[in-house]
Amino acid sequence: MEFAELIKTPRADNVVLHRPFYPAVEGTLCLTGHHLILSSRRQDNAEELWLLHSNIDSIEKRFVGSLGTIIIKCKDLRIIQLDIPGMEECLNIASSIEALSTLDSVTLMYPFFYRPMFEVVEDGWRAFLPEREFEHLSSVTNEWRLSYVNKDFSVCPSYPPAVTVPKSIDDEALRRVATFRHGGRFPVLSYYHKKNGMAMMRSSQPLTGTNGRRCKEDSALINATLRAGKRGYIIDTRSLNVAQQARAKGGGFEQEVQYPQWRRIHKSIERYNILQESLIKLVEACNDQSHNMDRWLSKLEASNWLTHIKEILTAACLAAQCIDREGASVLVHGTEGTDSTLQITSLAQIILDPRCRTIRGFEALVEREWLQAGHPFQQRCAQSAYSNSKQKWESPVFFLFLDCVWQILRQFPCSFEFNDQFLILLFEHAYASQFGTFLGNNENERCKLKLPQKTMSLWSWVNRPQELSKFKNPLFEANSLVIWPSVAPQSLQLWEGVFLRWSRSSKFLDEAYEEMNNIIEYNKELQAKVNALRRQLAELETDDGMQESS
Amino acid sequence: MRCPYWYVASQDNLLYRKLSLCTPKCFKKLIILQYRTTLRLILHSQISSIEKQATTATGCPLLIRCKNFQIIQLIIPQERDCHDVYISLIRLARPVKYEELYCFSFNPKLDKEEREQGWKLVGLNEEYNRMGVPNNYWQISDVNRDYQVCDSYPNEVYVPKSATAHIIVGSSKFRSRRRFPALSYYCKDNNASICRSSQPLSGFSARCLEDEQMLQAIRKANPGSNFIYVVDTRPKLNAMANRAAGKGYESEDNYSNIKFQFIGIENIHVMRNSLQKMLEVCELRSPSMSDFLWGLENSGWLKHIKAIMDAGIFIAKAVAEEGVSVLVHCSDGWDRTAQVCSVASLLLDPFYRTMKGFMVLIEKDWVSFGHKFNHRYGNLDGDPKEISPVMDQFIECVWQLMEQFPCAFEFNERFLIHIQHHIYSCQFGNFLCNSQKERRELKIQERTYSLWAHLWKNRADYMNPLYRADHSQTQGTLRPQTAPCNFLYKFWSGMYNRFEKGIHPRQSVTDYLMAVKEETQQLEEELEVLEQRLANLNKVQLYNGKENSKQQDQNTHLGLSIANNSIANTPQDYVNNVKSFPSRSPSQGDEEDSALILTQDNLKSSDPDLSANSDQESGVEDLSCRSPSGGGCLPSEDSGKDPDSDEAVFLTI
Repeated sequence: MEFAELIKTPRADNVVLHRPFYPAVEGTLCLTGHHLILSSRRQDNAEELWLLHSNIDSIEKRFVGSLGTIIIKCKDLRIIQLDIPGMEECLNIASSIEALSTLDSVTLMYPFFYRPMFEVVEDGWRAFLPEREFEHLSSVTNEWRLSYVNKDFSVCPSYPPAVTVPKSIDDEALRRVATFRHGGRFPVLSYYHKKNGMAMMRSSQPLTGTNGRRCKEDSALINATLRAGKRGYIIDTRSLNVAQQARAKGGGFEQEVQYPQWRRIHKSIERYNILQESLIKLVEACNDQSHNMDRWLSKLEASNWLTHIKEILTAACLAAQCIDREGASVLVHGTEGTDSTLQITSLAQIILDPRCRTIRGFEALVEREWLQAGHPFQQRCAQSAYSNSKQKWESPVFFLFLDCVWQILRQFPCSFEFNDQFLILLFEHAYASQFGTFLGNNENERCKLKLPQKTMSLWSWVNRPQELSKFKNPLFEANSLVIWPSVAPQSLQLWEGVFLRWSRSSKFLDEAYEEMNNIIEYNKELQAKVNALRRQLAELETDDGMQESS
Repeated sequence: MRCPYWYVASQDNLLYRKLSLCTPKCFKKLIILQYRTTLRLILHSQISSIEKQATTATGCPLLIRCKNFQIIQLIIPQERDCHDVYISLIRLARPVKYEELYCFSFNPKLDKEEREQGWKLVGLNEEYNRMGVPNNYWQISDVNRDYQVCDSYPNEVYVPKSATAHIIVGSSKFRSRRRFPALSYYCKDNNASICRSSQPLSGFSARCLEDEQMLQAIRKANPGSNFIYVVDTRPKLNAMANRAAGKGYESEDNYSNIKFQFIGIENIHVMRNSLQKMLEVCELRSPSMSDFLWGLENSGWLKHIKAIMDAGIFIAKAVAEEGVSVLVHCSDGWDRTAQVCSVASLLLDPFYRTMKGFMVLIEKDWVSFGHKFNHRYGNLDGDPKEISPVMDQFIECVWQLMEQFPCAFEFNERFLIHIQHHIYSCQFGNFLCNSQKERRELKIQERTYSLWAHLWKNRADYMNPLYRADHSQTQGTLRPQTAPCNFLYKFWSGMYNRFEKGIHPRQSVTDYLMAVKEETQQLEEELEVLEQRLANLNKVQLYNGKENSKQQDQNTHLGLSIANNSIANTPQDYVNNVKSFPSRSPSQGDEEDSALILTQDNLKSSDPDLSANSDQESGVEDLSCRSPSGGGCLPSEDSGKDPDSDEAVFLTI
């Protein structure tokens, strides 16, 4: 087995583990193909640490005499330290960890080896199929159809086999539109607003180039979503400047002359490594041990993380506003349509659609708007805040989306079925997981890797009642309304649950959460008791009545 | 006042709505602005500044900034009227005599006995007894009877038993404004205490035997420790500069067994400017994230809050963990000293974290020890350089602690906000004047009402639903995280952007939980009744008891009525280029808070046309003493139905 070659020292004794909020412990360190395990000689023999190699973002080695120290920085932002006696052991272990945490081949990843210890009630791989989503749609409208034009991924390699498009547009037209859109990502339905029949579509940029190439079928496709005499909005997630520059590379944007029924709005949302650098700076600031208040605020500011949050949320609110308040259809795209576009379309749905604020609905949203929509998870989440690789494709796009959801959740604490732990779970699993859900960059790759057959879905695990209960928001009360978040700087906060998770104790906040839970549980318990007694009384009293009348 | 309408804009977006004419009569203590069923009161005492702005097509705008952080823009069609209003407001906002203040005409319709009861709600004698003094080490001293020794101190103070009148008087002569060391908090578990004073008049070398004896006496009153901390809350540089003026700080060489410590909290002028800078940031229209964070940092506000907290934490630690007594002072010992002593007490003693205890704490460390409320909060026209948000900072420290320890306080954020409001409102007598002496001379207790009674009456609105007397966070000393903790201090939008409803969380967890708890209580009662009935029924079943079949479904469903969804229903401006003031989201419903609030119920008492109301003053009083509406029952207003709301501004780009 190739893992064995990488593990030169599988085991080291008297290793001391330091990590936030716990006293240091001494134990035996073991390396396996996918895990780093430290077990102390505690009575219950429990492992103190069980860390996936794929969760390791970077490692550093230090030596003082023959005592080596490895500092491990994880993708979930945790930093731990291992003191390993013996220089050779330490070096061996460090190089093994380095090799094991940066395996090239997807098929060597842990999800392919993971054997679940739980019973699968519902297979997560089959829980959110486009067909099922479409069934839901066709119960409210018949203006759309499910097209299998991409069934062998030949029209658009990053799209799923089945996409929803206007009924009036045939597959031939779709093929032609695909040649006019970056990466073949022709406009498809992202969200249908039941309330007024307006649609949100998403795509990639049109390939107009410098000479203003046009495509009849393209305008016909998006016009098919418009009501007679109504205008629609195109939200371009790039600034006008960037969009214009894109023409030189064959890209571009929809010109008014060719799309007279559409109004274009440019919103500037950052992408790629700018976001990654922002994350790196923010995490650096959060881990800074200095005591100076000023430095904290200016570092927070300099990271620009909250600026990105504000921009993304603002654009999403704008899209939602066009649909709900203006009664207009919307097309969202940036360049590739796999990053900022998805942030906007998915957040707009959270604002507009109460279904997306339930656990199941949110899972469906992640599945539909991120996984099936072809967000390249494997590239984007290859490294996190401690990486030095600086690859252009590494970018916390999905992480920012989760943070934005957290911001809305914070402003509407009673309108979500899930709590922030659920969002943290998704953040962790997007970066490192025993499940196959976030492997691969699109459905095409997942299909080739046979993930549904060879790995377990995150949803299969999380949707079991015993797991689910941890992620339920006790304050949840179904809210059928559109929820408009505030995007004022005063309303946006640092997501402490993630960024300060390892640098401040959450004991008192956890206690408060528990107290809140108790208050609500007790209320429910009483409610049940009272109802039972009422029923009992009613029965007794009717019995009496019957006895009396007889 | 010929104009039939004014227009008003405020942060909560009564955007350019027509207002009924306000008659000059209601200008006596406050302005009333009315739009349909919404009334807005601005107490003159709350007015911080009035600014005449450039005339526009609609009229002459007057910008009024309030001390409770409300900002209101009035647009008065006629230039002449505007000037009249401006002149009157300038005058009315700066009364020169105490008798002009609202509390002397405010009448919540309570009789004499109720008023007296109200003033008795918080008693300091009881409080010192609760702490465990007088005892073997501490005694009450009447040396300041009739305020002979120190006119800004209370007439009764607790001092070490071994400190004779001679020592006290001698010490007082060696302290700024004769504010000699006196007991602020006593910890009965270990005899450690917190004492407070002003700076010593030590200059570069002066000594005072009695003052040295006084500090010795404080040390001896804590037999468990052989030294005391002397904490000077000023930055070292400031304290040294004071030496040139014959003041200064204690030298460890002259005082035996002290450990001296500087804790750099800035002076009132720095704090005033800092708040000013922060408020400018809060007022920015559609600021970017960077504008906001930069501005917040440049204001230095959170740094100052942290300095005060750090001082409080240091003292609480000395008392609780080391068992060492602490003497705290700054310059005069009535600003920073009050902040620091009260923060330390709050950390040390769970009692101060209850509603009643918090009132007691403010009475003890602020009111009785001569915090200069009148000067600091500008109740009467005075030197603007004396104004400083000293108490605001203390209140914010409490809020910061509440954020870190959500279960530790019996009261909620609203309680703090309302106390802040009333420090400026002059509606109640508690915070009038600069000292106990002045208050007694004015016969405050006979002529005005106590805020504490008013808050206590409405305590249900101020409860923290997460508080439980037997919870671990409500026991013993609170130990806030100290390192690294910068990110623990957060901007308090609930206070400084309090009137911008649009930026706050649209659903309140506190209100939700309060409603749940209320329902729980009803359920408990019902459960008892049902069990009783069931028992009875079982008993009388033999007799076919007919009397039991009363309507049982009378209250079958106690649904939670939290109208929190309705306010979720308005988008805001997501495009950042709104030209008109104010900048943020359209109306969120007319939610209000206590003293300023009027809902439909009490509109009857105030005829829309106020000139028609014969008894102006009482009409107004009725409105102002109404219990806080709380957030639990917001009047729902879907802006979709509101023809005046202007939303979707983004389309004008």
